[in-house]
Parts: sequence; C-alpha cells; structure tokens
Amino acid sequence: MRLILEPRAAPPVWAKWAAPFAALAVTGLIGAIIFALLGKPPIESLRVMFLDPLLDPLSLEDVVVKSAPLVLIAVGLVFAYRSNNWNIGAEGQFVIGGLIAGGLAVAAAGGGASGPWLIVAMLAGGALGGIAWGAIPALLKIRFGASEILTSLMLVYVAEKILDYLVRGPWRDPKGFNFPQTISFEGWARLPTLGDGRFHIGIVLTLAIALFAAFVLARTLYGFSIRTFGESPRAARFAGFSPAKVSLSAFAISGGLAGLAGAIEVAGPIGQLQPSISPGYGFTAIIVAFLGRLSPIGCIFAGLALAVSFIGGEQAQILLNIPLDLTKVLQAVLLFAILGADALTRFRPRLIRSAGAAV
Amino acid sequence: MSFAEALLLSVVTAAMPLMLAALGEMVAERSGVLNLGVEGMMVMGAVSAFGVAAATGSATLGVLAGVGAGIAMAALFGLIALGLAANQVATGLALTIFGLGLSGLIGAPLVGARREPLPRLEIPWLSDIPLVGKMLFGQDALVYLGALLLALLVYVIRRTRTGLVLRAVGDNPEAGHALGIKVLRVRLLAVLFGGAMAGLAGAHLVLAYTPFWSTGMTAGRGWIALALVVFGAWQPMRVAFGALLFGAVTILQFHAQGLGIGLPSQLMASLPYLATIVALVMIAAAGRKSSAAPAALGREFVLDR
Amino acid sequence: MSESPPEDDTPLVAARGIVKTFGAFTALGGVDLTVKRGEIHALLGENGAGKSTLIKILGGLLAPDAGTITWDGRPVAIDDPATARALGIGIVFQHFALFEALTVAENIALALGPSVTPRNAARLVEALGSEHGLPVPADREVGTLSVGERQRVEILRCLAQKPRLLILDEPTSVLTPQEAADLFATLRRLAAGGCSVLFISHKLDEVRALTSAATILRAGKVVAHADPRRETAASLAAAMVGTEIPELKPAAAHALGPPRLVVDQLASHESDPHAVALKDISLEVRGGEIVGIAGIAGNGQKELFAHLAGERLAERAAMIRIDDRDAGMLGPTERRQLGAAFVPEERLGHAAVPNFSLTDNAFVTRHATSGAARGGLLRRSAARRIADAVISRFHVRTRGPGTEARRLSGGNLQKYVIGRDMIADPKVLVVDQPTWGVDAAAAAAIRQALIDLAAEGAAVLVISQDLDELFQVADRIAVLSLGRLGPARPVAALSRTDVGLAMGGIAAAEAERAHEAAAGAGEGTHAPHS
Repeated sequence: MRLILEPRAAPPVWAKWAAPFAALAVTGLIGAIIFALLGKPPIESLRVMFLDPLLDPLSLEDVVVKSAPLVLIAVGLVFAYRSNNWNIGAEGQFVIGGLIAGGLAVAAAGGGASGPWLIVAMLAGGALGGIAWGAIPALLKIRFGASEILTSLMLVYVAEKILDYLVRGPWRDPKGFNFPQTISFEGWARLPTLGDGRFHIGIVLTLAIALFAAFVLARTLYGFSIRTFGESPRAARFAGFSPAKVSLSAFAISGGLAGLAGAIEVAGPIGQLQPSISPGYGFTAIIVAFLGRLSPIGCIFAGLALAVSFIGGEQAQILLNIPLDLTKVLQAVLLFAILGADALTRFRPRLIRSAGAAV
Repeated sequence: MSFAEALLLSVVTAAMPLMLAALGEMVAERSGVLNLGVEGMMVMGAVSAFGVAAATGSATLGVLAGVGAGIAMAALFGLIALGLAANQVATGLALTIFGLGLSGLIGAPLVGARREPLPRLEIPWLSDIPLVGKMLFGQDALVYLGALLLALLVYVIRRTRTGLVLRAVGDNPEAGHALGIKVLRVRLLAVLFGGAMAGLAGAHLVLAYTPFWSTGMTAGRGWIALALVVFGAWQPMRVAFGALLFGAVTILQFHAQGLGIGLPSQLMASLPYLATIVALVMIAAAGRKSSAAPAALGREFVLDR
Repeated sequence: MSESPPEDDTPLVAARGIVKTFGAFTALGGVDLTVKRGEIHALLGENGAGKSTLIKILGGLLAPDAGTITWDGRPVAIDDPATARALGIGIVFQHFALFEALTVAENIALALGPSVTPRNAARLVEALGSEHGLPVPADREVGTLSVGERQRVEILRCLAQKPRLLILDEPTSVLTPQEAADLFATLRRLAAGGCSVLFISHKLDEVRALTSAATILRAGKVVAHADPRRETAASLAAAMVGTEIPELKPAAAHALGPPRLVVDQLASHESDPHAVALKDISLEVRGGEIVGIAGIAGNGQKELFAHLAGERLAERAAMIRIDDRDAGMLGPTERRQLGAAFVPEERLGHAAVPNFSLTDNAFVTRHATSGAARGGLLRRSAARRIADAVISRFHVRTRGPGTEARRLSGGNLQKYVIGRDMIADPKVLVVDQPTWGVDAAAAAAIRQALIDLAAEGAAVLVISQDLDELFQVADRIAVLSLGRLGPARPVAALSRTDVGLAMGGIAAAEAERAHEAAAGAGEGTHAPHS
C-alpha cells in the first residue's frame, strides 16, 4: 500500500473558496480535542472562543478594530507572495512603522507642536519606515542574491530590540514611574474616531486600501507583472518585466502597509509606545494572506476570522483560564489545515496496492 | 579556570545548539526539503527536555524527550509538505508558529523552575592543557555527542551510499525515482533526522546553556541555524565552523560591557541577527550559494502514476 | 557477450491492450507491443501519439489503466521503476535523468547494487566503460559534460545493470550524424549479444538503417506493424501521420531588403559554470530572408536567444541592431517596440504562463505593442481580440480564448505563441526550436508561416536542432558550436554532412577545453579555432 497524489485535471473554482471553510471546520475540531486534553469543556470553550465574539456587539467591535492591522498587513503580503517574494518580516516592518509614528508624536509633544499635520506625518512616517525596513531584504536579494526569507525575519528581532531600547531609554516618559513606555499620545497624535469612539478612521483606510489593492492586482499592468512573476518568473522576464523592480516594489508595498498598520495601532488603539506593540500581527497576517487565498478581498474576511481568534482567545483566558498561547497554536493549525485543504484541491490522494495487482 | 578558558568554554556551549540544529537542517536540505520550522522544532525540543528532566530528575530522559519532540514536529511537517506536497515555505512557517505556541502552552507550569546544568565531563590530563584544554575536553556529554555526530555526518555524506542517495534525491528527485529510489521515504527520513537534531539542540539549550525554561527561549536560534546552513554551503565542517563563529558573537555580546563597549544592551543583543544578515550577504555575494545549494531545494516531488 | 538468443521464440516482452488516460485525454487506447529477444525494434509515431506514455509504463513510471504485460512469457506487474530494473529494463530518456551535481562514477554507482559506494565506484565505472567501448570521465561532475558525453553516461548506466531490454527515447536528437553512427554500432553489438533494443525516433532514415521491426502508433492506437527495411521513409511517414501533410510552398521570388537584424561581435560572460559563453558572434539577417542556426543543444542557443530577446543585455548597445537602431542595451519591451518579436523554445513557463488564459497570455508579449495595456490598465477586450484573431488565423484548436495555456496540446500552443506575435507583422522574428515536440501538421503550418513572413519582407532567424527543418525553410545556415557561430552559407551550397561536421566542432572544442584546463588559469587565452 502506498499513497499516490494524482493531479486533478481541473480543480473546480469553488474548491479554492471552499477550502478556507473546510480548514476552519478542521481547526474547530482539533481545537475541541485540545480543549478536552486541557480538561476544559470543548463545546463551551469553542463557543467562547469562536462564537461569542461575533454575537456580542461590543466584542464584535473589538473584532473589527483588531482585524484592521491584520488585513492591512496581509493585503501587502499578497503582493509579495503573489510575486514569489517571501517577506516573512512584516512583524519587524510593523514595529518600525509604529516606532517612527510614536517617535514623531514624542518629538511633537516635546516641542509643544501639534495640528492635523501631525497625524498625517505619523501615518506617512510609519509607512515610509516600513518601506525602508522592507527594502533592506529586497535590496540584499536583488544586489547579492541573499535569501529574503532569512534576512527579513532577522530584521524582526533587530526592530524589536531597537523599540525596546528606545522605550526604556531616550523616549521613556519621564513622569512614568520608570515604566518602560512613552508618554500617552493626545490630540492630533491620535487617530480621529468614528461613532461611539471605538472605531478609528484607520479601519476605513484599511478597507479602502484593500479595495484599491484588489483593483491594482486584477486590472493594471503592474498587477499583471506581479502575478506573472509568481506564476512563471521566466515568462515574466520574457514579457519585459524587471525582476528587481517587482521585488523591490513588492517589498515596498508589503513593508509600507505593515508600517502603516504599525502607525495606526500606535496612534489608535495603543496610544503610546511600549516594549511590545504587537501580539504577533505580522506573523498572523501571513496566515490571513493564505486563508484569504492571496486575494485582497479575501484578506478582509480572513482578517476578521483571525481577529475573532484573538478576541476569543482573550475571552477564553479570562473566563476559562485557557492560556493565550493556545490562540497561537490554533492559528498555526488553521494554516496547516488551509495548506492541506489546498493540496487536496490540487491532488486526489489515492491508496494503491503494490504487489499482485492486475496491471 | 582563567577568564580566557571560561570564555572559550562558553563559546562552544553557545555554539552547540546552533550547530546541532543547523546540521540537522543541512541533511534535510541536502534531500531537497527546505524546512523553515527549525525554530518550532527546537523550542518544542527544549520544553519537552526541560519538562521531562524536571519531572524525572534524569537529564538522559530529558534529552530523549527533546529528540522525540523534534521528531514528532518534523513528522507533522513531513505529513503536510511531503505527504500532501504543500508549499514548503508556508508549512515550515506554520510549524514554527505552532511550536512557539504549543511550547508556551505546555511550558507555562515550568516557568520559574530551575535545575542544575549538565555536568561537565573533564577528561583527565587532556583537560589540563592550557587555554584550549577546557574548551576541547571539559565539556558536557552532549557536546561530545555533537562532535561525534559531526564526524559521522562528514563521513556518511561524502563516503557512503546513504549519503550518495541523499545527495541524489536533493539534486534531481525525478531521476532518483526513475532509478528506483523511494524519494519521499528518503526525504521524510532526512526531515525526521533534522527534527531529531533540532530537538537535541533544544535539549542542549535548556539543559546545558541555560538552566531554566522561559517561553520563546530559542529567541531566533532556529532561524540562525537555517542561515548557517547557507553560510556553511551545505558542508558539515563549514556549518560547524559557522556555528562556532556565531557562538563567539553571542558570548561577545554578554561580555561587551566588561570589555568596555558602551553600547546599550539591546543593540548588543541584536548583534547575532545583524551578523546573520551580514553572513548571508557575504556568502551570496561570493557566489558560492548558487553552486552549492541542492538543485531541487524547496521543490515539491509528487509521486504520480 | 557471447550468449546467443535462446532457441524458443517466446518474445522478451509482450504488452497487450494497454490503456492509459489522463483525465478526459486518452493517451493509449489499447496498444499491443511485442519485442523479440535480440531484436532492434522501432517505436514510431508523431509527437503526442503515445510513445513516451508507453515506455513510461514499461519503465514502471506510470501505471496503465488496463492491459497486461508478459515478460519471458510470464505475466508481470511493473509497479515501480525498481521492479522494471529488476526485470532488466533500462531506459535512456530524451531529457536525461542524470544527477548534475554528482560525478559520473557516483551517477553510475547509484544504479548498481548497494555494495557499490562512492569509494569503489570510479574504478568499476572505468572498467565498465572500456568493456562497452564507451569511455567516460569517471571523476567529472555530470553538469560539466557535453550533451553527447551525458548520453554515453546514461547508456553506460543502463548497461551497468545488464539490461535485457534497452529503451532509447530519441537518442540521436542530441548527436551529430557521426556520433549517431557510433551509437548504432554499439546498439548492433548489444543486440548481437542478445539484448533487445526498443528504439524511438522520428528520423525515418535512421530507423530503416537500424531496426528490423517497427510498431507505429497514431493517437494512442497501433496503426501498423512493419519491417522498416522493406519500407520507404515516405511510406513510414504516411503511416505515422495518417493524413497527407501539405508540401511547403516556397516563397515567390522576392528581392532581399537591407539587413534588419545585425549582430556584431556579441560576447557574453557566464557566471554559471554550466552555461556556454558566447564568443564574438556576428550575423546579418536581411529583410526577406530566413537564416537558420544549426547546432546541438547546449552550444549556446539559450544564451544567444536570451541576448537577442533582451532578457539579457549585451555589453555594448551596438552589438545588436534592429532596423539600424542600436538595441543591445534595450530590454524585451523596447526591442518589441522597434518591431522585433521573439519566440523561445519552452512554450510553457517561458513563452506562455501555464495557468493564465490565452487572453491573459496575449499581454505577455503584446502589452506594449497592441494598446491592450495603454496607461498601465489592462484592457481585456483588446487582448481577447488578439487571442481570437490568432485562434482563427492559425487554426488553434481550443475551446476559446478563456482556456488556460496548459490545456492546449503542444502543437496548438506553439501555433498560438508564434501567431500571437506574427499577427502584428513583425519586422524581425527570432524563433528558437519552432516545431520542437509539435505534430507534423502543426509543424508544416508553422514552417509555412515563417516562409510567408519572410516573403513579406521580415528578417527571420530560426534557431533549431532539427537539420531537416532548417534545410526546408532557411535561405542560409550557420552553425553554432560551443558559443561560436560559423559563417552563414547559402543552403544550396551546403550538404548535411558539412553541417554535421561543423556541429561536431564540439569535439575539437572539447580538446580545447581540456587544454585550457591543463594550462590552469589560462582564461582568455584560447587556442586558434579550427
């Protein structure tokens, strides 16, 4: 007996979009088993983690707020992954974006200056910081052929150390009782909010960017060059598209959006700089990108789904005393499941008997 | 023991987890499989080793548990990336996220516990050689095991049929299949070996290098190990040399203040990561990478009849 | 070697009613094949007739959906390549199944028993080579060998397992006529020793000279069994193709225009040790003529095409001129805007993106020359019009422009990728292996289109390893050998033997390379070229 993967002649289109749902179902099942192993009531835990955040209006708002950075980063990653550029350092680009935005806020407060320009500068600075941080692995890849996977990942650690140094050192709030954090940002250093004040305009911005990205990818020659490089690099070069330009721009877009997301988090929900400003958004966004089928629109829904797991994970910690790390485990299981589901839409697994079978 | 002796000793201790994990990943990559899950396998090895060692009081059982956890993690990777031919990069990333999360989950009750580090086994006479005696002959048992494994790998890869089959599969899996080599079996075994080594690396980290467990304590060492494979041009001796170099960088950062380097500790702590980038760039610029990398690295192989 | 075939006439291998389908496509629809002991048997058929599928089944690489195979009269199940090898079946594939990063000895050691290790392999391999009269450099890495040497390694690797059936898939397509003659001598010697040979080729003269029996496949069915010695090349061709292939219509007499594609001392430096550096290539193609570049694979064709198409840039702009404009430093898009068009050898993954529709594939070469992407926005309707026009003018058989490129047969996709650029009436066309792996009807259509394009005043450069093709379409032929291009001589003044000998310049150059290696770091100092 052995396992053979038989390529399917024509994977049905619906399968591509059904795969995420199958993956979510499998993840739920595995989650239930893990809950049971931890001695928690499986059904109850699943409800707390995945259903309640959607039913309670207040948590639902939390979910939407939490999904914004995930969607924004993932949309950028779509450009990188669709063009075969493996940026896995979005977490670092996010941190640098937040750090630049926070630095501007600290400097402005120190100088007593403020105005609408400040928030614009913070967002633009964050995006530029992300672009710069993302451009490093791209340039090292283009110029020297260094693996962008490893260099982009290494820069995550470097970015985290820099942030840690700044909030404990030069940028620390002098009146903050020695806590490692900056002053709390106020006024024009904060994102304007909508409605009851929980939604910030970063959410609207994220939605607009995702829609625009979908248009760019599907309808412009630039988007075509991205997709062609992902499908067959030789054909893309033959078409006259420059691999260097595509690599650099894909890293700039993914780094820029991650940096913007960092700036939005710092100017929005967090409102100051701390030693850690991300619960791993940059890594979770990789899962969002895959779950969203490497499509900007798909990322919006996938981002909401992963945001549910973050909010639900916090709830489960409070209500059922389930460690937060479980969220990470389930997110990884989800990625495994989506990769497996994709494989099953490409191949039909078949067990064949070896000896003695009629030829 | 003089300061210099202690320094050299600690360099080897710091280098060992990097070397073990990198050698394991090197074998997997030689078979054509890129497993980015080293960090996840290593951290699972560490938490399992510490948990079992703490519960049973036996370091040996701890090491075995670490190796077993690494193998189990590698098997999960094998199931999805080899069995289902999923994208190796994404599967490896998932394995790392999974390992970091799961180790945090299992390790939560272990945080704060301490245990004695592995004893150093001093070889009589030889360990009294000035300066290098302690470094070479005053190490813990796992270091000697590591040295043995290194010698074994050098021999097996170059000189034996097993090594030949491994290299063949990483160069051209389709041709290997046509010759009757069970490509997926070879690749799975190579990946499992990589998992065992990453688990062993985690065990050494938590049993010899630091005597306690903390969440995420591998701190990117798995990723550095991946870079070391490239840096070492897929050659065991060069990989081991690279690991020693990085061990030295790690130790340097601890002693920086003592040496009168006034940089903030966080910037010193980012030194190994920056050094990794520099090493990757240097190797790539020297053009060794393109010719040394296994030709089929990262390419899926589908058994399709 | 002295063992003579057994007296009884049980065939060595007999396949009956073999069926193999891939999705909706039937590759083999009930095929019978019988090979006697010590026989050299030809398997003939057009591209896509099912020859490769059948030998993959014999080699255990594919499982048939139905049918039986007997070996020495006993039914066998060839489940995997290991089983095939254990029976005594050895296959030399068209695309060599060698390990480039391993040495010759290591490659062969892998095919031998587990007692052979890298340590003792070299000695064994040298002994084996002299036994069969196939000398190979045991310690060289396969990646550094010429195509002919690689084939010797692959054949030797098969022979090392003492096969009883040796299968060769188009073995002469990578050889000069002289090398092919040597190969035939080896095969005859093997057959005399009792080994059966299954020989796959579409060169019918070779088949008639070498084989004593033939099975002819067409569209997955056996259409004839024949004794090639008693047939003419024309009768074999008719059986293979089934329908009459139209004769090519030569172009009406037309005056040649000025040179439209000029290559002037083009040279390249290769960082990849396996690539071939181009050396001082000069060439002129005038409007209205077709120039052919002959040569065996791996002599710089890929590198030459990449430089002409702008995928790689020349060192100086004036090294390549298109219609009197320096183009050596321009990228593919700018060269296309000058009126040039390029068709690479690989259809899938180079000329076309396998998973894109034919419409989207129109953008690949036409985004800057058709208005289909004006202002950076994709205009799918415009691209669709291009695809529709190509499909109807070049009779591309497909369900429509929405079909993905990978679903088309080789011949139909080739007609599409050539047609995609040809409907824009290019001033210069460079095409690499225009009919490689294409069925006869499509090949004839493509060659006719090339002739017609030149007749309208375009300069056409055809790079091909198929001498028959070049003699059919080209006005002048030049030979590319180890990165050097010989003079382009009028076809009328050339014989196949001349061209074959020039192609074999590889042997002379190999000596040169050995000399260079012996001289150590003697870079840049090459011996006078013969």
